[in-house]
Amino acid sequence: MPERVTRTASADRGATNVERVFREAYGQAVATLVRLFGDITLAEDAVQDAFAVASDRWPTHGIPPNPAGWIITTARNRAIDVLRRSARGRALHEEIGAAATMSGGPDPDDWGEDGPVGDDQLRLIFTCCHPALRIEHQVALTLRLLGGLSVDEIARAFLVSEAAMAKRLVRAKYKIKAARIPYRIPTEADLPERLRSVLSVVYLIYNTGADDPERAAMRGDAIRLGRALVALMPDEPEAAGLLALMLLSEARMPARRAEGDLVLLRAQDRSRWDRALIEEGHSIVRGCIRRDRPGPYQLQAAIQAVHCDAASFEATDWQQIVALYDHLLSFLPTPVVALNRAIALGETEGPEAALTALDAVASDLDNYHLLHAARGAMLRRLEEWDAAKAAYERAAHLAVTETDRRFLAQQISVLAGGLTEHPPD
Amino acid sequence: MSQYLLSTYAVAGEVPGAPPTPEDMQLLMQRVIDLEAEMDATGTFVFGGRLYDPDAATVLRPGDGDVIMTDGPFAESKEHVAGFYIINADDLDAALAWADKVVAAINHPIEVRPFQATGRVADQMPGA
Repeated sequence: MPERVTRTASADRGATNVERVFREAYGQAVATLVRLFGDITLAEDAVQDAFAVASDRWPTHGIPPNPAGWIITTARNRAIDVLRRSARGRALHEEIGAAATMSGGPDPDDWGEDGPVGDDQLRLIFTCCHPALRIEHQVALTLRLLGGLSVDEIARAFLVSEAAMAKRLVRAKYKIKAARIPYRIPTEADLPERLRSVLSVVYLIYNTGADDPERAAMRGDAIRLGRALVALMPDEPEAAGLLALMLLSEARMPARRAEGDLVLLRAQDRSRWDRALIEEGHSIVRGCIRRDRPGPYQLQAAIQAVHCDAASFEATDWQQIVALYDHLLSFLPTPVVALNRAIALGETEGPEAALTALDAVASDLDNYHLLHAARGAMLRRLEEWDAAKAAYERAAHLAVTETDRRFLAQQISVLAGGLTEHPPD
Repeated sequence: MSQYLLSTYAVAGEVPGAPPTPEDMQLLMQRVIDLEAEMDATGTFVFGGRLYDPDAATVLRPGDGDVIMTDGPFAESKEHVAGFYIINADDLDAALAWADKVVAAINHPIEVRPFQATGRVADQMPGA
C-alpha cells in the first residue's frame, strides 16, 4: 500500500492502463501463441515477457494503437528467440516457419476480435475444459490462460495456497502436453458433452468478475466467450441460455452498487439497468422458449428475465419465479438452487415459509454466507431482532468479499441500534 | 503419431464385469477379435498382451553387493494390470475413441496413458 501512495499520479495511471490491456489481451495472446507454437508453457512465458516489456515501455512511450497485436507480435518474437536458443527448438522452429510461409505468414496486427484470434480462444477453451482433466484443473487453466488471472488470484478465488494452485496448473499443463490433449474445436458428435464443461467454466469466470469489482473485466471476457460459443453453436440452446443469463445479470450491474456499497435488488434504481442488454437478453430467452429444449442455463436466464421485466421489486411476478426455480431444481437439485427458491418463496408465501425452506438446506450450506444472510433478512421481517443479528453476524464472518462484509456489517449495526421499526433493506 | 497404453486391471484376482457363462465369454472374445481386426485395418494396433496373476511375480532389488530376490509383486495392492494394448493414435481424443470401443467390447474399466516407445536407449542418445 505505501508503495502505491508514493507513486506519481501519471505513473500510476500508466500502470492501470497496462493492467487493463493485460486483462483484455492476455487470453488472445496466449491462445494465438499456442496455435503458432503448440506449447502452452512456451506461449505463457513469451506472453509474460511481452507484458514485462510493455510495462517498461508503455508508461513513457504510450500504449500502441493495437495493444493486443503488439503483445502478440512481441511474444511471438520472444518465443522464436527461445526456440532458436534450444537445440530441440530449432527443428520445431523450422516446422513453424514452413507452416507460416504456406499460410502467407501470420499478421497479428490485422486480427480483430472476430477473426482468427476468436477461433484460437475457442480452441484453447476446449483444450482447457477437456473432460480428461478434472474440473478444478479445467477452471484454473481457463482462468489462467484465457482470463489472464495471476496464479495468486486464482488461488484466492478457490481458497487454496498459491503453491497448491501453481502445482495444480503445472500438473494440468503437463497432462495436456504428455497425453496430447488436442487444441481444436471438437467434432459434432462430441460437442454436447464437451460444451457442458465449457459453459460451466465460462459462467464461473463471469461470477468471479461479478463478485469482485476489481475483476469486472472478467465479466466482459466471459460474455465475449459466451457470444463466441453461441456463434459457433447456434443450435445449442444452453449456450444461448448462458449468454442470456450473463447479459441479463450484466444489465443490472450498474445498479448493484452505490459508492462501492452493495445495493439489494429490492432497493435498486431500475432506471440504471441497461435496457439494450435487457432487450438482447429477453430476445434470446424468447428464442429459447420457442425451441422448447429447456436446460439449467436457460431456466436461470428466464428467472433473470422475469426480474428484468418488473417495473419494481413489488411488481415482480414471484409466482413465476418460484415455478421456474422448481423447474430448475429438476435439472439441478443443489442446495444453492434450493436456497434461491426459498428466498423467492419469502415473497410469495412469507418469511416463515422461507425460513422453513432454508432450514432444509441449512446443514448443507452452513459455511455459505448467503444462507445466513437470507435467514437474517427473513428473521428481521419477523421482527426477531436478536436472531436476525446473530444470523447476519455469522454471514459477515463467512463472507469472502469486502463489499459483502461491509453490507452485512451495516445490517448488524442497524439491528444493534435497537430499531423497532422495519429497517430498510 | 503418438502411442498410448490401454490397460485393464484385475481387482483381487477377479476381473470385474467378466462374462458369467462360457457362451458370454465366447461373445466377448468375438468382439475383441473384431475390434483388433479394426485396429489392424487402421494401423492402430501396435502390441497387446495379458499378464499372469501377480502371485507369479518375483521382485529383485539392489542389495549390499548382491541382488535381493523376493516372491510376489512389487506393490501389494488390490489392483493389478491384467492386460494391455499399445496403440497408435494422433492425439488423446483419438486414443479415447479407441478406449471407448475397448470398454464396450470387454465391459471392464481401462486406463489410457501416453506411452513413449524408446526402442534401444542407445538409439535415443545424441549422435546415434
